[in-house]
Amino acid sequence: MNARAVFTQLAYPVAGLALIVGLWALACRLGNLPTVVLPSPDKVFYAFIDKLPLLLVEGWVTLKETLYGFLLALALGLPMAVAVANSRTLNLMFYPLLVALQSVPKVALAPIVLVWLGTGLESKLAIAWLVAFFPIIVDTAAGLRATPKELVELARSLNASRTQVLIKVQLPAALPFVITGAKVAMTLAVIGAVIGEFIGGDTGLGQRILVASGNQRTDLAFAAILMLSLLGILLFTLVALAEKILCPWYDKS
Amino acid sequence: MAFGTISNVRKVFPVAELGLRAKEPVVALDDASFIFERGELVALLGPSGCGKTTLLRIVAGLLSKTSGSVRIDGREVDGPMGDYGFVFQSPSLMPWRSVIDNVLFPMEILKRNDKAARARAVELLELVGLSGFHKARPHQLSGGMQQRVALCRALIHKPNLLLMDEPFGALDELTRMEMNDLLLRIRKETGASVLFVTHSIGEAVYLADKVIVFSRRPARVSKEIAVALPYPRSQTTRFTPAFMAAERAASEALGIVPHAEAAAS
Repeated sequence: MNARAVFTQLAYPVAGLALIVGLWALACRLGNLPTVVLPSPDKVFYAFIDKLPLLLVEGWVTLKETLYGFLLALALGLPMAVAVANSRTLNLMFYPLLVALQSVPKVALAPIVLVWLGTGLESKLAIAWLVAFFPIIVDTAAGLRATPKELVELARSLNASRTQVLIKVQLPAALPFVITGAKVAMTLAVIGAVIGEFIGGDTGLGQRILVASGNQRTDLAFAAILMLSLLGILLFTLVALAEKILCPWYDKS
Repeated sequence: MAFGTISNVRKVFPVAELGLRAKEPVVALDDASFIFERGELVALLGPSGCGKTTLLRIVAGLLSKTSGSVRIDGREVDGPMGDYGFVFQSPSLMPWRSVIDNVLFPMEILKRNDKAARARAVELLELVGLSGFHKARPHQLSGGMQQRVALCRALIHKPNLLLMDEPFGALDELTRMEMNDLLLRIRKETGASVLFVTHSIGEAVYLADKVIVFSRRPARVSKEIAVALPYPRSQTTRFTPAFMAAERAASEALGIVPHAEAAAS
């Protein structure tokens, strides 16, 4: 990308953001809204700076819950997807089930998970895992099944073993699908962790939002939401970066 | 004994393999028999869906036959042999590999990916005119260039038989002619035997020592045409009487034009 393209890609979103924040500030001033209802952008910004150490500590907690849940989903989802995609029996038994389970609102299980695992890191991690797991396994299985038939036949015509076909053909071919699943999973994992924090425990950004709202510190709640958004963007960018490194061919072909 | 003997090969896909809607088994190949010698280029010509691709996949060992026998180089084919080269209609390159790593893929599977293999890959890429493209990714190449890479990939392990399934069918006419000449040059340099599936009469006659004409489903060999044109052939060969005679014979066998004798009487 040349400098001009970079400028265009950056300038327009920044202008859009500035416009919205400007309208928000204007609405606060003209509408004479109390801070408890809608704090103006500068108050949110002030709260963000003022409470930055607290937000960072709580953000770190949420980050860990999200990341562990996501990594666990990846570690369990990939081998299970391989099993489902390569075994006709397992596929017939579980694939329809997985697709059906994907539409179950997993966060509805959160209170039960808290009963099982307590209010510490484990339960938040488990909820994050639960919501992140399905997109990873479903997308990976879809990717493995979408491997071009010719490539598998080519390998087979050379007497390749099943392991060779899996490692040299199927997994690389499925990688873009895995990453697509991972992007969705990462976004969902953040939501899962925050839901877990809403329901129980006393740490994390979710808990901070809850407490600040309860104390009528809407500005602080907004600041925590801002931190949460930054966290989400950071994690998503990490996956997008992994995509650039692992499958640089993908968006061009 | 001939290098390749295909005798009475029959392939029936049973209902169970055809999906839920199928009511009766499909006879993809009724009765195919022909022989070919080492180093011969044989074109399998027929209308779409006439089972010539099925036959090619049976010879490759990718598909089981219902009955009959396929012997290549003295061995009965009953599964992948590992020493054939295969070229598909689409280049089917791996987008995650560079050009040279695509060419070397068979050597990796065969666990023979050494220095000599690399040197041969470089040589082959030079032979097809892609010297400067070792590090390029497939998506950076045109369709014709990608098919050249696929050709190198099929040749890297020095197969004694090259199986080609309408390899140039998706290319434009000019590129296709270029690729035909390239294939003839490669055949001359490597001495490989080639089975070449096509539905282009001109291509079949231009390339082959022998054209095997298939009839419509259920497919059987309806005629064998020896192409009496000397090699090396060039595009001017297309305008010789012998070429046109061979094209006419193939067209008659396909039932596109009436038989010469029948028309005369």
